[in-house]
This record gives sequence, C-alpha cells and structure tokens, in this order.
Amino acid sequence: MSSSLTDIPVRGGNITAVPANSPLERKGLTKKEIAADHPTWCPGCGDFSVLALYFKLIEKRKLWHEKITTVAGIGCSSRFPYFVQAHGVHYIHGRALPFASGISLSRPDLHLFVFGGDGDAFSIGGNHFTHTARKNIKMTYVVMDNWVYGLTKKQTSPTSPLGFKSKTDIGGATDQPINPMKQAIAAGATFVARTTHSNPNHVLQMMEAAMDHDGFSFIECLSECVEFYEGAFDASNPRKGGVFNTVPADHDVTDELAAYKLSGEAFPGKFGIFYKATRATKNANEAKVVAAAREKTASLKDWEILQKSFDRLK
Amino acid sequence: MSDATLTAPASGGTPKVSRVSEAIIRIAGNSQDGIQAIGGFLARLAGRSEQEVMTHMTIPATISGGPSIFQVRIGSGEVLSSGDEADVLLAFYQHSYEGHINSLKKGGIVLYDSDHVEPKPEWQKDYHHVGVPISGLTVEAIGGTAKDKGKNIYALGLVAKMFDLNIPKLEKLIGERFTSKDPSILNNALAAFHAGYSHSLGSVIETFAFVESQKKGRPQVVMNGNEAMGYGLIAAGVRFGAGYPITPWSDIMELLRRELPKYGGSFIQCEDEIASISMAIGGSYGGRVAVTGSSGPGISLKTEALGWAVMAEIPLVIVDIQRGGPSTGMPTNVEQSDLNIACFGGHGDSPRVVIAPADVEDCFYSAIEAVNIARKYSVPVILLSDQAIATRIEAFAEPNLETICQDISPDLTPVASHKPYDLSAADGVTQHLAPGTRIEDGVYPIATGLEHDEYGHPTGSPKLHSQMNAKRRKKLQTLAASLPTPNIYGPAEGNVLLVGWGSTQGPIKEAVDRARATGDSVSSIHIRHINPLPPGLENIFAGFNHVLVVEMNDEGLYGYGQLGGVLRACFGDKKIRGITKTDGLTFKVKEIVEKARANVATGLRKL
Ligand SMILES: Cc1ncc(C[n+]2csc(CCOP(=O)(O)OP(=O)(O)O)c2C)c(N)n1
Ligand code: SF4
Ligand SMILES: [Mg+2]
Repeated sequence: MSSSLTDIPVRGGNITAVPANSPLERKGLTKKEIAADHPTWCPGCGDFSVLALYFKLIEKRKLWHEKITTVAGIGCSSRFPYFVQAHGVHYIHGRALPFASGISLSRPDLHLFVFGGDGDAFSIGGNHFTHTARKNIKMTYVVMDNWVYGLTKKQTSPTSPLGFKSKTDIGGATDQPINPMKQAIAAGATFVARTTHSNPNHVLQMMEAAMDHDGFSFIECLSECVEFYEGAFDASNPRKGGVFNTVPADHDVTDELAAYKLSGEAFPGKFGIFYKATRATKNANEAKVVAAAREKTASLKDWEILQKSFDRLK
Repeated sequence: MSDATLTAPASGGTPKVSRVSEAIIRIAGNSQDGIQAIGGFLARLAGRSEQEVMTHMTIPATISGGPSIFQVRIGSGEVLSSGDEADVLLAFYQHSYEGHINSLKKGGIVLYDSDHVEPKPEWQKDYHHVGVPISGLTVEAIGGTAKDKGKNIYALGLVAKMFDLNIPKLEKLIGERFTSKDPSILNNALAAFHAGYSHSLGSVIETFAFVESQKKGRPQVVMNGNEAMGYGLIAAGVRFGAGYPITPWSDIMELLRRELPKYGGSFIQCEDEIASISMAIGGSYGGRVAVTGSSGPGISLKTEALGWAVMAEIPLVIVDIQRGGPSTGMPTNVEQSDLNIACFGGHGDSPRVVIAPADVEDCFYSAIEAVNIARKYSVPVILLSDQAIATRIEAFAEPNLETICQDISPDLTPVASHKPYDLSAADGVTQHLAPGTRIEDGVYPIATGLEHDEYGHPTGSPKLHSQMNAKRRKKLQTLAASLPTPNIYGPAEGNVLLVGWGSTQGPIKEAVDRARATGDSVSSIHIRHINPLPPGLENIFAGFNHVLVVEMNDEGLYGYGQLGGVLRACFGDKKIRGITKTDGLTFKVKEIVEKARANVATGLRKL
C-alpha cells in the first residue's frame, strides 16, 4: 500500500482497529481472483486494457482484496466496478468524486480508485472535478477519455474535438472542447498525468505513480470507443502509424506553467506526468483540525464531551 | 398570565405584587439591537429555574437587519406554545409599538423606550403604558457614545424588576455570555443591567412573581431545535457529514463542523448539495451512518442521490429544515410544505423513512431514532424539521448522556460470504457491509443504483426488479408494524379529531384544551412517523365524526394539505379534511380553534 495512507492519522472509533497493512504479509492476488463479471464492453473497446492494467496494478502492488474500493459514475467506462472482484460502487452520473471523497475522508485505510468517462468527469461532474482537485482529497481518478458519449450512443462530449459529427451535432461539433489536463492543473490537482490505452506499460506506470501520490491524482487515459469514435487516437498509436512521445526528460513536473504549456500541444501531444506538487491533502488538514480539538478531549469519553456542551446550555 | 389579570393600577403606595404561573413577553425592536439576547437570557433563566419556556422569533430576511421580534413564554406549569397574546410588550421604536400593540392582550403592559416612542392616546385606556427613556438612561449608566449598545441589557434589568427575577442567576448568565478578555465589556453589561433593575417603575403598575415550579429536581437544558438536532446526531454516534450553507439548515452544519472534531470526526463544506449528499453517502458506505441536510431548494437538488441510497440500500440521515417554498420562497419563514418531497421526491419507487420531530426535545431524540432506523433497515431517513422548531428555544429535561450516547463504528470483522441484497432475508432487511471487511469466499459486493441481483450486479430481469422493489418496500412495512400508535390527546371518541405533525404540536394541544374548556368535543393526535405511517390510525379515526389535518402548507388542488392527501390516499376516508395556511407564520391557538369551528358546519360540539 502507498505509505501515505498509513501516514494519515487514523481517527474515529474502531477504524483505528484496522490492522496496519503490510504488503508483504500476503501474496498478490491473481487475475482470476480479482476479475469479476466478464466486461460488457464492445469487443476492441479501449476500456478493456485499462481494466487489465488495474488488475496488474493490484497484483503487482499486492493490494488486499478487501482494502480496494473502486468507485465509478455512469457511462460505459463507469461499468468498471462490476468487473473487479472487490468492494465497489456504481454511483450516479457525474458524482463519483464527492462519493469517493466521503470514503476517503472517513476511511483512510482503503485504497481508493475512481474510474469514469469524459462526460461524467467534465460535463455533469465538472464542478466536482474542480473542487475535489482543489481540496486535494486523497484518491486516484482515471478518466477514460474517448471524446464521445459511449453509453448513450454517440452524442457530443465535452472533449469531442471541433467538427466531430455526432447525433447531437450532425454538422460537426462547434463548442470549444475542454482540455482535461489544463482543467486539472488550473483546478489545483497535485498529480496530473496523461496516458493512452494503447500503451499498456505506460498506463501501469502512470497508475503506480498516481497511487503513490499523497493527494488527488488524476490520469487522463485515452481509451478508444471503437463503436462511436473509431480511430480517434490513431495519431498517438505507433501501430496505427502514429507517434507516442513521452514528456521530455528535462520537463520540470513542479513547474505549473510548463505543465500548462505541455497540455496545450496539438494532438497527439506528450504522455507522462505533466504536473506533480506537494500540498497538504484535505485528509491531512482535517486530521489536523481533529488533532487540535482532541488535545482537549482525548482523555474524555464521547458522552463526557457532549456533557460539557450541555453543561453550557443550562 | 392566566392566574392574575392585570387589573387597574394600585393608586399610590407600593405596587401590588401578583403571583403568576406564566407570562408572555414580546420584545419588539430591530434585530441589531440584541433583542434575541434578552429573550435568550430569559429562556435560559427559566430553564435554570425549572420552569418551562418556549420562544418564538422573527428575523428579517435582509442582511442589514430590520424589525424583529422575540417572544418568550415562561411558565411554572406546562408551556405548549409561545402564546397568542402577550402580557407585556417591550417596544424599542415607534414601529415596534405600533406594529405589535395588537399582539398585546387587553389590559396588558406596554413598556416602551420613551426616547423613541410617542404613545398614542387612544391606546392608553386599553393598555397600561409605562415609558422609560431606555436609550438615554443606558448612556447615563455606561457612558460612551455607543448608545444603542447595552440598551437591551438595560431593558432586561427592567423586566427582571417587573417579574422579580432571580438576580444572581441572571448576573451569572450575563457573565457567561460576555466572556471577552476585556473586563470592561462585562462590567458595562452589568452596569446597564443594574441601572435597569434599580430604575423605579413607579407605582403605575403592579409587579409579578412566578409561583414555584412544580417540577423539582429535574435539571434542564435550554437550546433551540437546530442545536438539539445537531447534538442528537452526535449522541447517536454520527461522526461524518457534508453540507452546503442555506438558511435555516446552516446552524446545524456550523454546529457539526465546530463540534465533530472534538469526537474525532469531521463535517465537510461542499461545493453544492449534490456533492454534499454524495459525500455523506460515501461516508455512510464507509461504514458509519453519516449526515447531510439542507432547506428549500437544496432538498430538491439531493433527490437523485437519495434515490440511489434507497436503491443501493445505504443508510443515511438527511435533515430538512423546511422553509417557505417553492424555489427560494420565504427563506426565514416557516412552512410544512416539504412533506411530499420528503416522502415521495425523486423518480421511480423509492421508499424511504421520514420522521418529523414535534418539539425541541424531540429534535434530539428523533435524530438518534433516525440514525438507528437508518442502520437497522439500511435506508435513508429524512428528519423533517422546520424553521419554527429550528429557531425556537425550549427547556427540556437533561438527557442521561452516559446511557444515551452510542458508538456506531463500523464492524470490520471478516465474514464467510455476503449477499448485500439477499432476497431470502426476513422481511427484506439486509445490512450494509463496510469496505475493508474481508469476505472469505472472495465474492465482493457492489453498491449500485442499477437494478441488481443479490450481489449487486446489474440485471434486466423483470422478475428480479419486482422482487427487489418488494424487498425495499417490505422492509419499511416491517418498520411500520413496529412503530407506536400515536397517543390521543383528549377522549378517544368525540366529534372532531385534530391531526398534526411537526412543530404544530404545542398550539394544537392548546387548541384542544381551549375548545374543550368551552364544552367542545375535540381531541388531537400528533404523527411523528410520516413515512411509513404508524399502525392504528384507522381505529383512531373511527372514533370521530371529523378528522381535520392541521398543517402549514397549501390546501392543494383538491382541498387538503400534504399530510391530509397522504391520509386520504391511505384510508380513502372523506371525513379527512384539512386546516391549512401559508402565511409563513406559526399557527396561533386561536386560529386553529376558529378554523376548526368554521370547518365543521355543525359546530365542534358532539352531535
Ligand atoms: C442524471 C443523468 N443524466 C443523463 C444520464 C444518461 N447518461 C448516461 S452515461 C452518459 C454519458 C456517458 O459519457 P461518458 O461519461 O463520456 O462515458 P462513456 O460512456 O463514454 O464511457 C449519459 C448522458 C444519466 N445516467 N444520468
Ligand atoms: S460504446 Fe464505445 S465506449 Fe462503450 S463499450 Fe462500446 S466501444 Fe467501449
Ligand atoms: Mg466518453
């Protein structure tokens, strides 16, 4: 498990009774143990590879079954939790981040991964994205960006490029698309990375780095919708005649402006960690508030703390 | 002051001292003058003197203040409402005097600031006028130019004198309120108080003394409904919540934000109400029932997520402090118009629990009940309070916190296997299993809003959808069967039954008392469990010719209010009708009696 999870002071009732989690105690789960339902995605959908690499991550990092919590909103990509044999949540459209925040802030002992689509993240859930990022709530968020609404069958998404012909833009999209990387950096995310489903090793690398980051870690993972936006990402896939360029070695990941500039490059752009900053997490800030308050109350039973309040109300 | 009437002033000599068992004092001024503080002192004093007390206030909706009142009713016996007519009106300005003289009973005393109020000759014969240059004398007492500061405390001194209040206790209360490091602030307050207290009210009126309270040896706590609900949630073991500010819910949110860290918990301010409920459900999913809440439009925003919690069977407490609606409506006024959204809001069939506390004390206990029902039945529970109960102050017997406070930490003991939506569970009741719990057979649950099988995996099976709908319904039917039948206030048979819910309990009971005193055949019941309804209502209704549902909402397209509509749907009984209103004010006792009389053509007496 990432060291940062154990670094967060555990608080509240017998959550403290959860044993400290040592990765060495058990062997990693096999794919068979961690796979649940057979995915319902269309054959060839990019989401398969994201799932496969999530399994790899769990296996490689020897995460405990019961300690993995996978949360998603609504969309093709958001079906994710059903395919993972672990505690999981399939929530409502666009609101997976605040839901996951509730888990993160009350259960520091869990590994929290959120998966979803571009519509889920940047349209209906846009405001939650901003606020979860600025609060720097500890979790990993992978947006499987296919530049289209998959589940509802080809409407324009907030990341659809100009000119994309969809059922809601038969003449081609005219609204300026959102740039997820810029959005994340501007919102205050402390880990911002970009990868693509067609490069498995790179996806795993990004997932590991994101998981080890103490804070809100965001990955934009291009994930092709073969049904409604075939070939969208060919230019980034060497096997389709494209180029896969990683972030230059001399890029300073703590330089916000440089990261912003990288984000603005024309497609296919660069892949890798664009931005990474150290800033107190909401989890740590809340723990601080608690620690300060507990200085006066730690020796008291809960009812005695309440009694003190009631004594002042007489 | 039911015992003593304010008879003609004693001519000359020392004023007569009358013993009274209760008094209603209305303080009218501007909100920035600290009139709430006077009322607060009086309420707390009553609580410490083992008296009953109920307050009522109006606050201007504008931020910069404006006309405002605070009414306190103190009684040595039972106090059910803040009272219709005041015994004493304390008026700071001409507008306070003119605007509230009507709420003073004939023969009552108007105590006014003669620096600001010009009394009207035509009112002098109906009300005892006592003018005191409150503003000027306050400046004299504490000096300085801040002439508007401290006059509330000066007036408190006058009231203390008039009612022979316990001075050491009041001094102590003032000391507890002014805790600034600068001692001159407290000294000024005490100087103003004593100046008021020693000001001679002359021989124009009698003064009063409360008869001893009958309730001996019961320590009381004094607080408003929002405080009681916030502390109730803490006593229930809630340690996490999330919200977005809106009046009048914000008080609870601020209280939890301030208090929870002391217990190792936290309350998060979110970007909006959808995020708040989502975060709270996330917290609940984490294993310990969490809370969110709102008022007015914020409740509308929460309904999609609420439906998810119903479908996924995750426990949750949602507080709704009702205010005037729809839309932004009347933010600082009371209304009971959220019953429908609380019981039915959202798409699809989504049974949830709704509990409406009946007074301030009940806010405390309802919060605990809500948490326990949510846990036991894995269901969202809505605490349906309102602006009136949220802001009024009452004294109630101090709860035994050592026995009441509970620990609801998640149980993470490994289990052999787990079906989150087990269809063979008795009465459909299954429990949420917190993440972090090891499941030995390696099959893990998904909490989901899609219709699902017993493990939480999606299904399109028509049979499963029917079965799961039945499961979600059955567990609430099981809860319903376990609920207590409401007590009947008054005889179990008669002509008219008044049915109330929420904050109207006091005025309704008082209306029953008043009507019965004049020979009418009226009883009442108060329904706390709004959804599901408790058993036995049909039997109760059978004992009466008329069932009148008293509620602060519109009569609706078909002529009865929101609970009235539900009761009609339940019992299909034409004798169920409504007494409703939407003027944004609490029911007066007189109003209920008059409307009931008007409603029953043949009169309230038994036929
Ligand atoms: C409140 C609400 N509005 C609309 C929908 C319908 N809906 C489901 S998924 C979706 C868009 C999905 O697009 P995206 O998030 O990009 O996911 P993808 O299917 O492409 O992976 C929409 C509009 C919904 N489920 N809920
Ligand atoms: S519609 Fe597109 S995104 Fe959805 S499963 Fe099929 S290929 Fe994947
Ligand atoms: Mg998409």
